[in-house]
Amino acid sequence: MITANFLLAGVGGQGTLLASDIVADIGMRVGADVKKSEVHGMSQRGGAVTSHVRWGGRVSSPLCEKGAVDYFIAQEMLEALRWIEFVKPGGTVLLSRQQIVPTSTVYGADQYPVDDHVVATIKKVAGTVLLIDAKKTAEELGNARVANSVLLGALSAQMGMPPDDWLAVITVRVPQRHVELNRQAFFAGREKDWRI
Amino acid sequence: MTKKQLLSGNEALARGAWEAGVEVAAAYPGTPSTEILENVSRYPEIYSEWSANEKVALDVAIGAAYAGKRAMATMKHVGLNVASESLFYASYTGVNAGLVIVNADDPGLHSSQNEQDNRHYAKFAKVPMLEPSDSQEAKEMVGAALELSEQFDTPVILRTTTRTSHAKSIVELGERKTLPKRPYEKNPQKYVMIPGFAKRRHPVVEERMKKLEAYAETCPYNKVEMGGLELGIVATGPSYQYARDVFPTASFLKLGMVWPMPKKLIAEFASKVKRLIVVEELDPFFEENIRIMGIQAEGKSIFPLVDEFSPEVVRKSAHAAGLIDAPPIEHQLDKGALPMRPPVLCAGCGHRDVFWVLRKLKVTVNSDIGCYALGVMPPLNASDTIGCMGASIGVAAGMRRGDLEGPNVAVIGDSTFFHAGMPPLANAIYNQTPFTTIVVDNRTTGMTGHQGNPSSGMTLHHDMHPTVDIEKVVRGMGVDEVYKVESRDLDDFEDAVKKAVKSNKPAVVIAYTPCVFVTSHPREAYTIVEEDCNGCTMCFRIGCPAIYKSTVMDDKHNRPKALIDPLACVGCGLCFDVCARQAILEGVLKQEATLTTHVA
Repeated sequence: MITANFLLAGVGGQGTLLASDIVADIGMRVGADVKKSEVHGMSQRGGAVTSHVRWGGRVSSPLCEKGAVDYFIAQEMLEALRWIEFVKPGGTVLLSRQQIVPTSTVYGADQYPVDDHVVATIKKVAGTVLLIDAKKTAEELGNARVANSVLLGALSAQMGMPPDDWLAVITVRVPQRHVELNRQAFFAGREKDWRI
Repeated sequence: MTKKQLLSGNEALARGAWEAGVEVAAAYPGTPSTEILENVSRYPEIYSEWSANEKVALDVAIGAAYAGKRAMATMKHVGLNVASESLFYASYTGVNAGLVIVNADDPGLHSSQNEQDNRHYAKFAKVPMLEPSDSQEAKEMVGAALELSEQFDTPVILRTTTRTSHAKSIVELGERKTLPKRPYEKNPQKYVMIPGFAKRRHPVVEERMKKLEAYAETCPYNKVEMGGLELGIVATGPSYQYARDVFPTASFLKLGMVWPMPKKLIAEFASKVKRLIVVEELDPFFEENIRIMGIQAEGKSIFPLVDEFSPEVVRKSAHAAGLIDAPPIEHQLDKGALPMRPPVLCAGCGHRDVFWVLRKLKVTVNSDIGCYALGVMPPLNASDTIGCMGASIGVAAGMRRGDLEGPNVAVIGDSTFFHAGMPPLANAIYNQTPFTTIVVDNRTTGMTGHQGNPSSGMTLHHDMHPTVDIEKVVRGMGVDEVYKVESRDLDDFEDAVKKAVKSNKPAVVIAYTPCVFVTSHPREAYTIVEEDCNGCTMCFRIGCPAIYKSTVMDDKHNRPKALIDPLACVGCGLCFDVCARQAILEGVLKQEATLTTHVA
């Protein structure tokens, strides 16, 4: 039985919930007990979105405990820094090289953190960091919206799992007309070594 | 093979209603309960509706239960405050067919004005309460609650919290039960709560509570799970799940039936363990009631009284109290100050126009519950008070009577107006209190995810029914000073507010401002003309999420110019209106704006 804690973090509109639904479905498909929890009340209004997914024999808490996340999928640089404390010492961070600027940096004095600071801080916690050009890769394939499949492809490789279950779930979960593009994005993420 | 699905607590509650043969369900939307009725609406066997408010929803459900069909009303925790009067009479009258009230508390105030603990309502109204700790239990407990309701002739509250409602876990699906309709028999002594009859119902209620206490001893949702005898944990809901992770070797008493509590079972469990520890979010409800039984219990001396629990909150508290050896993992990191992402009004939201003008007019703003509550956030900083649904108008009247210096206005949305805004407006007319009410009519219940309401006429099932016209309503109520304007036209809106305030009478301005999610976007994105922009920051101050600081600096003032994100901009034009340098280019008109019935 695979036991794993996942945290996904992004900003409203990035598809955090769909990506976490896919991770949860894959857990069910491989026979795990699965729980998933998220806070999404304000996501439509530009808020931060996090989603916790847990696989195990018998999962109790639907929330991952701080310091116990095995795989942190960060869809945005600032959100990666915000939630890094959830990762267990030596855990794995999949970091999408994307910035979404909060409005408080526009009307106020808030500063968006610089990439080097984000990466250096994450490295203090994580054992493995993958810096992934998810959005750029997706755009090169023709649609920025398949960026999450790039991340999921990289995750599947990092977990040492064969692609079949992942592709089966992605096929069901994404709109029919985008299945092929998502498949390409999945493999683009899976086949490249993003480790830094 | 049984079919298994990963369902949220709210999806499971809807499924549970369907399986248990519920035939009537009513609700007013409210986070975290909204999705229950949205999911119920997919089952054609159940009549379901958005009601005008939670009290109406509960009355509808009570009436359906009287008439003989299993019924459900759902609401968020503060919704039960609105519906509480109905809860209390229904406790006395009892039901005919089963009645379940699903109540979703919000520890942590993810989207609420307080974090009240509604377990107290069960004790207060003398009705039983169940609480699930995952989706499977949520589904089952709807049926269990209805059985209890019919067996003991009482409404039953099924309490969830945000975590249980929104977390997903695996559920085994079952089939729908079909039940014969229970005939309604006229029985005024039971259903008419005039004092003489109600007085005779009170002993019936007390007798019922005794029977329910006896039932609680054998209720299958009160489970003892013996482990080590050092610690005995009493918990329910999500707290039970966190505690299972933090205390893997302890003994557990899981109280799925929150009220009434099983005295013998608790005493027996307490006698077997060295320390009885209650892990419960919010108030010490179990702890106090266990102590009233004369049993030693610890709870709030260890765990916090405020905010939502999480595994780390439970672990940290337990470690500090010496209950466990393993400390929580806490990384020491120097992250610097991180910008927050508070919710903001959407790009193109008409409420922004309203607050832009109100701030300019320097009036005191008594606001209300809805998306427009975000008008209090920077950079608009427009609102002075927000309390609960409908409070804007009554508080505005009171501030007027309290001789507030300078004018004040009430701001209330269309859905909130029909929910709780009409009585205080009638009051203002009746007492001729001179202040202006601004109804921001965006034709939807936005904050909870764009549900229909009497103003839009769109039902839970997305059918279009006749709309209740706010202008006709307020004129019919007796307001003479009525102005209906599109807030997008800033000058018209400003003019209307000035005239209304100046009238020194109870006045109403209807600011028609359809939500960007229920209208087509008439214009393409606006653009900044880089050479004309000098980075004056005027457009930054409207707080539009489509406007950014450019990396291009204005040389003269050494400050960043503005930039508009063409994907986020919906072409509302407020930035164009506030730009003093005509440095913004209007988007191309695609079509006339039209209301759409489609919602996300």
